Amino acid sequence: MSYAAVHDDVHHDHKPTGIGRWLFSTNHKDIGTMYMVFALIMFFIGGAMAMVIRLELFQPGLQFVDPQFFNSMTTVHALVMIFGAVMPAGVGLANWMIPMMIGAPDMAFPRMNNMSFWILPFAFALLLSTFFMQGGAPAGGWTMYPPLVLQLGDGLPFLIFAVHFLGISSIMGAINIIATVFNMRAPGMTFMRLPLFVWTWIITAFLLIAAMPVLAGAVTMLLTDKYFGTAFFDAAGGGDPVLFQHVFWFFGHPEVYILVLPSFGIISQIIPTFARKPLFGYASMVYATASIAFLSFFVWAHHMFTAGMPLAGELFFMYATMAIAVPTGVKVFNWTATMWRGSMTFETPMLFSIGVLFMFTLGGFTGLMMGITPVDFQYHDTYFIVAHFHYVLVPGIVFGIIAGVYYWLPKWTGYMYDETLGKWHFWLSTISVNVLFFPMHFLGLAGMPRRIPDYNTQFTDWNQIISIGGLAFGLSQLILVWVVIKCVRGGEKATDQVWEGAHGLEFTLPSPPPFHSFTTPPKVTEAMAHS
Amino acid sequence: MSDSHGTYFIPEPSRWPLVGSLALFISFIGGGMMLNGSGFGTFILGLGIGAVIYMFCGWFADVIGESLAGNYNKQVDISFRWGMSWFIFSEVMFFAAFFGALFYIRVFSVPWLGGEGSGFTTNAFLWPDFKAVWPLLMTPDMTLLDDKGLPLASSFVPIKGIIPAFDIPAINTAILLASGATVTFAHWALQKDNRAGLCWWLAATVLLGFIFVYFQIAEYAHAYHDLDLTMNSGVYGSTFFMLTGFHGFHVTMGAMMLLVILIRAMKGHFSRQDHFAFEGVAWYWHFVDVVWLGLFVFVYWL
Ligand code: HEM
Ligand SMILES: [Cu+2]
Repeated sequence: MSYAAVHDDVHHDHKPTGIGRWLFSTNHKDIGTMYMVFALIMFFIGGAMAMVIRLELFQPGLQFVDPQFFNSMTTVHALVMIFGAVMPAGVGLANWMIPMMIGAPDMAFPRMNNMSFWILPFAFALLLSTFFMQGGAPAGGWTMYPPLVLQLGDGLPFLIFAVHFLGISSIMGAINIIATVFNMRAPGMTFMRLPLFVWTWIITAFLLIAAMPVLAGAVTMLLTDKYFGTAFFDAAGGGDPVLFQHVFWFFGHPEVYILVLPSFGIISQIIPTFARKPLFGYASMVYATASIAFLSFFVWAHHMFTAGMPLAGELFFMYATMAIAVPTGVKVFNWTATMWRGSMTFETPMLFSIGVLFMFTLGGFTGLMMGITPVDFQYHDTYFIVAHFHYVLVPGIVFGIIAGVYYWLPKWTGYMYDETLGKWHFWLSTISVNVLFFPMHFLGLAGMPRRIPDYNTQFTDWNQIISIGGLAFGLSQLILVWVVIKCVRGGEKATDQVWEGAHGLEFTLPSPPPFHSFTTPPKVTEAMAHS
Repeated sequence: MSDSHGTYFIPEPSRWPLVGSLALFISFIGGGMMLNGSGFGTFILGLGIGAVIYMFCGWFADVIGESLAGNYNKQVDISFRWGMSWFIFSEVMFFAAFFGALFYIRVFSVPWLGGEGSGFTTNAFLWPDFKAVWPLLMTPDMTLLDDKGLPLASSFVPIKGIIPAFDIPAINTAILLASGATVTFAHWALQKDNRAGLCWWLAATVLLGFIFVYFQIAEYAHAYHDLDLTMNSGVYGSTFFMLTGFHGFHVTMGAMMLLVILIRAMKGHFSRQDHFAFEGVAWYWHFVDVVWLGLFVFVYWL
């Protein structure tokens, strides 16, 4: 029994050793590292599935995989990327950074924190094991719409239980973050002095707690409809398959903000550092983030414009969707204004952040287009929507996470990463991501449907370009792995502050920081917080 | 709050989180195999649930030990309070999904199947004789007749009758409300350091909880045997059993949690200032109570 957070310095930096350090960890940094490594592995597993998709779509006609397997690829790719790569990476960064940013010794519930992590590999073992079952892996789309999803074979309960399991992990993680931030801030670290990354994470945590249980409810109803004779989604019994879509998207739209808000937080830390100016409009950033989160619960049916809804519903959800663009616009304005007349330098984290700013905005615009009910009838379920969400998800979110990794990597490892390689990574990723996703807009407008392994020959040229872009993007990510491994193994020593313009408590700790972040809580002043 | 920093308790490495993840993993594998028709799955599920219980006992034993050793200061206590409150909120949202489904079915899907609003064609072409009423005793596919005028096979079983609200459900409402009061009396006793009062009121609460569960089981038996009201009787049965079933499960959990608290109270674990475990469980009990009121009104009564 020990007080890890006690003042005695002799005690505070002893680390548990061996495999037990990881299996039984109660340390936010080790757990954060496990989350990040897991996310990276899942990113490549999901990426491999994307490569199968692009290989099949390189030419019209069916060449490499049969349609059922193709559909499994799109379905599981999405589930792996959302729940296995992006969400864990966000939680991993939260684990590493939040205690350091608010001046706490660790997370509020260190054991529960470890359970949130260890659920993930088991949950994905459940999900991925379905590939070897009778009837194969889920193939009805990541949205799991009935009645199609109920035609899945033995894999169905495993899909559903994997979703339940991941939900448990997310809820525990979110509760932990809320308790940590509400209760463990250093003296003087008032709410309006919190770094924006911490703010975006509190709001994300609230979204998680409100949205994940609803998803659990939705998939539970699928389970009982299939195995226990209920009729929630069966019109013959008085139910309605569209009901599932409502419940699912009540979770689903907040979920997209669960994914993106941490990325917003990260670039809100990075842009001021490299513009060497305080963040423009701190308070408006906080309020904008909170409004986005609040509104995200009232726009879900923009995913269902073509599914059949009373006119009043179509209109309400159109206007609500338009409204969410306002706080988003505030944020984009503030980031831009932060850079205005700053003395900017363009290290890799800054490059990725600017990439987020431009390309997330592009994806947001196509979101607005699809939010207009009458025109969405053309875009829905085409490659246009695929272009939309990949712009917000890849250059909008994955780039944000990568920016955060480059930004904090020297803090974590104590060494600077290789800047030249970082720049190569950025430019190759940015060029290839646009080759990959931009032409999807054209294909979608021309009528190419999503989730189809074959297509009309007129779409061939763009599909080939997209596949080449996809391969290039996938290969470019190997640079990231190389940079990280290189940086962990050594290099130029990083200073405590790491970056000339960096502020915040995490940059007052040594690089790498001690095992338990702040054994004695620091005092935070106004000047430290907003400079 | 943020200036009450002293020594925040960071536990030593612990095996329970890993044991817990593994236990749930085993349970899910077992459950999945069982649903796919493998008898062996049931065995694995049992094993997994056993492991989950083992994890809970071990983990909570550690926490109780730490608490009794005086490791938890005020700040840790506040963390527990935030944790419990937001856990309860997540449960609220879980029930919200099912209440949402109930409202959607009653307000939209059943009337639309009856031909209202945009549902005209569904009604006219598929189930022209379907009548949209609530409680829905006859599902749309029960209204189809073959050319001799006999009913076609339906995938659901027609309901003979429903459980009236002002019968057992009303008694159960009274029981749960009373248990909400008794748990509050227990709290008052605790605040006066009156251990006997605490234990007796807690025991009364636990007893009321189990009586509620007993009545609920009796009601289910009646529904299945006499009324043909089952999980398989269309959306009425679906919403009825899923909502009351998840609630009943929560009451059972809550009653067991109260039982643990009762045992701890008898052992003298709680003091006037220091009894978060009691309060957390009491909050949970009130939550279960409030959900029941929603059920009573929207599932049984209206
Ligand atoms: C925050 C980042 C965002 C993410 C991660 C995201 C993600 C997604 C995803 C995954 C889908 C497709 C779901 C599916 O059918 O499988 C989608 C569709 C949609 N998104 Fe976004 N989105 C984001 C931002 C926005 C914004 C800012 C708007 C509008 C203001 C928007 C409006 C829409 C609309 C209207 C659709 C439905 C299109 C259709 O079904 O035709 N999205 N988004
Ligand atoms: Cu949406």
